[in-house]
Amino acid sequence: MNRTARCSIVGIGESAVGKVPDRSALQLQADATSAALADAGLTIADIDGLITTPVRVEAWNMPCGVVASYLGIRPSYLLTIDLAGASGAAMIHHAAMAIAAGQCTAVLCVAGQNLLSNRSRSHAVKTMAESSAHPQFEVPYGPLVASNYALIARRHMHEYGTTEEQMAEVAVTMRKHASLNPNAHKRDLISVSDVLKSPMITSPLKILDCALVSDGAAAAIVTSADRARDLRQKPACLLGQGYGLRHSYIGEYLNVTSSGAVESGRKAFAMAGLKHSDIDVAELYDCFTITVIIELEDLGFCKKGEGGAFVQGGRIGLDGELPTTTHGGLLSGGHCGLGGGFFHVLEAVRQIRGSAGARQVENAKTVLVHGNGGTIAIHCTLILGNEAAA
Amino acid sequence: MQTDRPVPAPNPETAPYWKAAREHRLILPRCLACGKYHFYPRSHCPFCASRSLAWEPCSGKGVIYSFTEVFRAPSEAFAADVPYVVAIVALDEGPHLMTRLVLTSGMSPRIDQPVEVLYEDLDDELSLPRFRVMQEELK
Repeated sequence: MNRTARCSIVGIGESAVGKVPDRSALQLQADATSAALADAGLTIADIDGLITTPVRVEAWNMPCGVVASYLGIRPSYLLTIDLAGASGAAMIHHAAMAIAAGQCTAVLCVAGQNLLSNRSRSHAVKTMAESSAHPQFEVPYGPLVASNYALIARRHMHEYGTTEEQMAEVAVTMRKHASLNPNAHKRDLISVSDVLKSPMITSPLKILDCALVSDGAAAAIVTSADRARDLRQKPACLLGQGYGLRHSYIGEYLNVTSSGAVESGRKAFAMAGLKHSDIDVAELYDCFTITVIIELEDLGFCKKGEGGAFVQGGRIGLDGELPTTTHGGLLSGGHCGLGGGFFHVLEAVRQIRGSAGARQVENAKTVLVHGNGGTIAIHCTLILGNEAAA
Repeated sequence: MQTDRPVPAPNPETAPYWKAAREHRLILPRCLACGKYHFYPRSHCPFCASRSLAWEPCSGKGVIYSFTEVFRAPSEAFAADVPYVVAIVALDEGPHLMTRLVLTSGMSPRIDQPVEVLYEDLDDELSLPRFRVMQEELK
């Protein structure tokens, strides 16, 4: 067994998500932390490790120091992670490594901000566009973050015949899942036709193919598996993880329809000693609808080029072959920047505990979580399971 | 030109590229060891790790690898330009680069269409390489 597999997620918490104008970034993170501590039956004094991410809304010198100090943690270990959308999954892995190395015993991972309310949606769109593209060779041409993904989508359509209707199916499924999530940002059901008729942002991506901009924060507490046994929640154990990276900027990448998720997935499955048929639920990063299609292919749930067909026919729905991103994801659950992908981890924990309420997948024991940072650039895959699976 | 539009800020590594672009020439870093071109510029060849590199002229020709028509500008600075077409061009020399296409009205680009470079002069010091569909393609 790998060393980090001896670590478990024992507490999870979310702040209010959506438009939360009365909370600062630190307040949202404190809200999520309080909920996670209560969930675990721990107090802040039990926490001796802290991992967080940078935020966009404020300039924090040493974000892990700012957050630890604000929350009143005196950490034996602390770290700021910036893998963009892969940060959420990577925080869990780094917490497990710190515990396995004996640096600390209980790590709080927390991320989130008031991305929507701090300035405006437009301001968030501008700063994200300018930070995700190459400052000299891409930004001057005016791509949105969505444009970088639209270039991938257009190429995927060209190479594999993927359609706008298939991409829309992802958005429809995410909204259906979000409708069952009381803390989701957008809960009104939508149809494929609604997606296709929604305003074109950057062809072929319409507004409903794109992630939301939301306020919100999420927190999770990681301990050793031994410690987890004495705590109140059924632990979610880290069984395997992997990273992958093939490029940093999309303009220079020669094969944009395939990603480092191939490597991150392969490593995670190998470490966990599991195969695809063992996965009950996949919490896949869904910044845009095309992202989910490419991840399904690259992680090996279907063949390259067949992701478009895979998302049709309810296959990624709650009753489908591979229930996917069951909380509604970034497309409908909410997207608060670097913390956005962390909600996928929390949902995996709920599915493993059997506490996902109306969106619970029956008998979910083993869940794959995938985070994607940049323009399909940095990938982190986790495989989590219940105690029996560990 | 609007003053708040993001423009390239050349650094010691990229200055030769932008100086050439201002002279309406497209140059690329090429490895003297393995012969391959690369882009964006690096201090070493991404294929063989050699640090023996030289800037060499590029044909300025390639094909459209992918494209997207942008309807919602990322900031006010680009608002007057919409809609515009951002593209990735696969250069004949091998590397890809992002650009914005110059299109005659009513024309829709398509993947694999041959394109050639032209330049948008931003000011006395900077020009942006842009691409247009090859003239013989339009006949």
